[in-house]
Amino acid sequence: MTRNAPARPHGRPHRRLAVPVAAGLVALSPLALAACTAKSSADADAITVNATDTSCELSADSAQTGQSTFEITNNGSKTTEFYVYDDGDRVMGEVENIGPGLTRTLIVNLPQPGDYETACKPGMVGDGIRGTFTVSGEAQQPTDKSAKLVAAAEGYKRYVVSQIEALQETGQQFVDAIKAGDVESAKARYPLVRTYYERIEPIAESFPDNLDPRIDLREADLAEGQQWTGFHRLEKDLWVTGLQPDSAAMADQLMADIDELADGVSAPDFTVDPLQVAGGAQGLLDEVAATKITGEEDIFSHTDLYDFQANVDGSQAAVASLRPIIDEQDPQLGTQIDQRFDDLDATLAQYHQGDGFVTYDQVTEEQRRELSQKIDALSAVVSQVQGVVASA
Amino acid sequence: MSRRSLFGLAGAGVVAGAAAGGAVGTAVGRATATDHSAMAGTVDFRGAHQAGIVTPAQDRMHFVAFDVITDSREKLASLLRTWTSMAERMSQGLQATPDGATGSGEYSPPEDTGEALGLNPSQLTITIGFGPGLFVGAPGTPAEGVDRFGLAARKPAALEQMPRFMLDALDPARSEGDLCIQACANDPQVAVHAVRNLARVGFGVVAVRWSQLGFGRTSSTSTSQETPRNLFGFKDGTRNIKAEDTDAVDRFIWVDGADDQPWMAGGSYLVARRIRMRIEPWDRTTLHEQERVFGREKGSGAPLGQDDEFDPLDLQSKGPHGLFIDEDAHVRLASAEENGGIRILRRGYNFTDGSDGLGHLDAGLFFIAYCRDPQKQFVPLQQALSRNDLLNEYITHVGSAVFAVPPGVDSGDDYWGSALFA
Repeated sequence: MTRNAPARPHGRPHRRLAVPVAAGLVALSPLALAACTAKSSADADAITVNATDTSCELSADSAQTGQSTFEITNNGSKTTEFYVYDDGDRVMGEVENIGPGLTRTLIVNLPQPGDYETACKPGMVGDGIRGTFTVSGEAQQPTDKSAKLVAAAEGYKRYVVSQIEALQETGQQFVDAIKAGDVESAKARYPLVRTYYERIEPIAESFPDNLDPRIDLREADLAEGQQWTGFHRLEKDLWVTGLQPDSAAMADQLMADIDELADGVSAPDFTVDPLQVAGGAQGLLDEVAATKITGEEDIFSHTDLYDFQANVDGSQAAVASLRPIIDEQDPQLGTQIDQRFDDLDATLAQYHQGDGFVTYDQVTEEQRRELSQKIDALSAVVSQVQGVVASA
Repeated sequence: MSRRSLFGLAGAGVVAGAAAGGAVGTAVGRATATDHSAMAGTVDFRGAHQAGIVTPAQDRMHFVAFDVITDSREKLASLLRTWTSMAERMSQGLQATPDGATGSGEYSPPEDTGEALGLNPSQLTITIGFGPGLFVGAPGTPAEGVDRFGLAARKPAALEQMPRFMLDALDPARSEGDLCIQACANDPQVAVHAVRNLARVGFGVVAVRWSQLGFGRTSSTSTSQETPRNLFGFKDGTRNIKAEDTDAVDRFIWVDGADDQPWMAGGSYLVARRIRMRIEPWDRTTLHEQERVFGREKGSGAPLGQDDEFDPLDLQSKGPHGLFIDEDAHVRLASAEENGGIRILRRGYNFTDGSDGLGHLDAGLFFIAYCRDPQKQFVPLQQALSRNDLLNEYITHVGSAVFAVPPGVDSGDDYWGSALFA
């Protein structure tokens, strides 16, 4: 959702929250981040991952604490993703949008000994094909609270960066399809590109100059005389009016705005603080409750369930990055949150069709109500995270 | 007697009721200074029976029905404990949790939503009921036919969905529910605050199915109250069971432990019907026809052929044109005399939910009946009415629900439904 632009930057409380806590926290090194997502040459000790549509085979299922390198080859026919998770599906590292036939590298820091999980997600939906990955050796991570907060913010920023990289990549393909006049291809790509945006939308909302409205404003929220750009303008071109004389220019503008977002996130002064992460997790669920559940977000394409799942995934990733702090402060809360996410994911899974979802106009009022109940239930527990993190 | 002086008397009558029933208590009686404080006082939450049944009807209501969306008996019982504690506090005019509106820290959502801060308790009563779906999953829900909480064997026989009555046009989105909360108060914001806070702590365990706001009581439940008027302009509830008539209360409202399920001893049953009134056609009806439909005079409320509201209802009296009270007049068909002595406690509210798309008021009566056995009391009564009542030309029943209302909360750590879950 992106509602009218002017109110948004002032309306998000987590921006204000950044002040008291952020100072002591995160000054992330861009270099360290680059290392995490490097696509550079193969490492001699790299663990190879053979990903197909039905399997996820690793050449090794254990490693020492510290950096591990995974080289993932998609030998399947569906686009896939590869994740390394800690407890509660805390994302330790991931590679998005690995097309069929492609090989990508993931370097991930696993500082604590213990059992992690790996997952390939053919078609980019569901829990994926899971495996246990055991790490042994000396713990490398400092255990004091401020260090945990820093680690949480770093973890979430890694996630954001990976999503934005995939957003740029898939966005370019979408834009190219529009400029080539290939409506069918563009339509197929539209919900997938949005997935990467919707997972991290609160980050986009935190940037100035109406970046989020430029990318994601809905027609219903336009002010009189305001220019309408972004995803939903192109959605209308593709599904309702047919491509317009300025559709190609609009596509280029979208790409430029996405690049601006990527630049913003990789700028040296871009920081994330844990309270902001918690607020973002809540914000994503609020978006589902406000505009996805009603079907007004993707009103032309009815691809709302892709956005819905993406918001939920993004919220889960944000909460998971805070998991060590939550577990320390309120062990029961993390378990409750896991249950509620599982419950919602299981409900969403009923609407899977092929690699994606049924169109939202096929979801009945009764079914929408059930989804709404699950979102309310989840949101009620996620709303406690910010307080828990603040008291850490 | 003026409305104001009537409220002055409320205290005296109510204290007597408290001694007998235990549901209504001290703070209302305390209101000796002004009428205003009587309206603003508190009603005892604890007692053998729940408050909000024979309690003198407050002016406002917020009613809500929930679906229970968990399968965990433990989570459900835990919510009922939490609800009981919050409800008791709010009935006393306190925040839902101690210092809940501002005391839970800057980074947590407040535990009390805060819109009742600084308002009087306004005689708030919060009453809970259990729908059939709590015992055996309700039709059309994912839990259909399932004994989710191990309570099926404890389902009272009287707790059955209403049969279909003639002319019913029920909207499933305004009917039934696994749980209900009736919040009544003399300040609408106090009633809404209560329901809102109970709903928000319930997310994940219960989900709101439907709700209704009522703005004007349509019956009196105490001899201390003047008979109010419904939206058709007629006095309603003249012959209602009054709290002071303890024989009738015991006979027709409170469940005896020997009736069926021991856990229901001291409880009651609540039947809710959302009755849409066709306001505009009614307003174009002559006074003569309006009075014939009800069987009473519009001005005084007297039965036709009599002079005063409380004159006896003489169903056989005739004038020059035949029976004073028509064969199908509402008052006749609803009377105990014509229904083998059956009586119910009416506790309804007027409602207006704005207008429909045709420029007509979406308004009517949110009818609430309390009775000892709805199958033996409400059902035969409504069957008689639905077949013949002259009023049927002007009303449609659009929502329906039935709930078992457990007894009151008594000792220290007792909670709503504790006997059921024990």
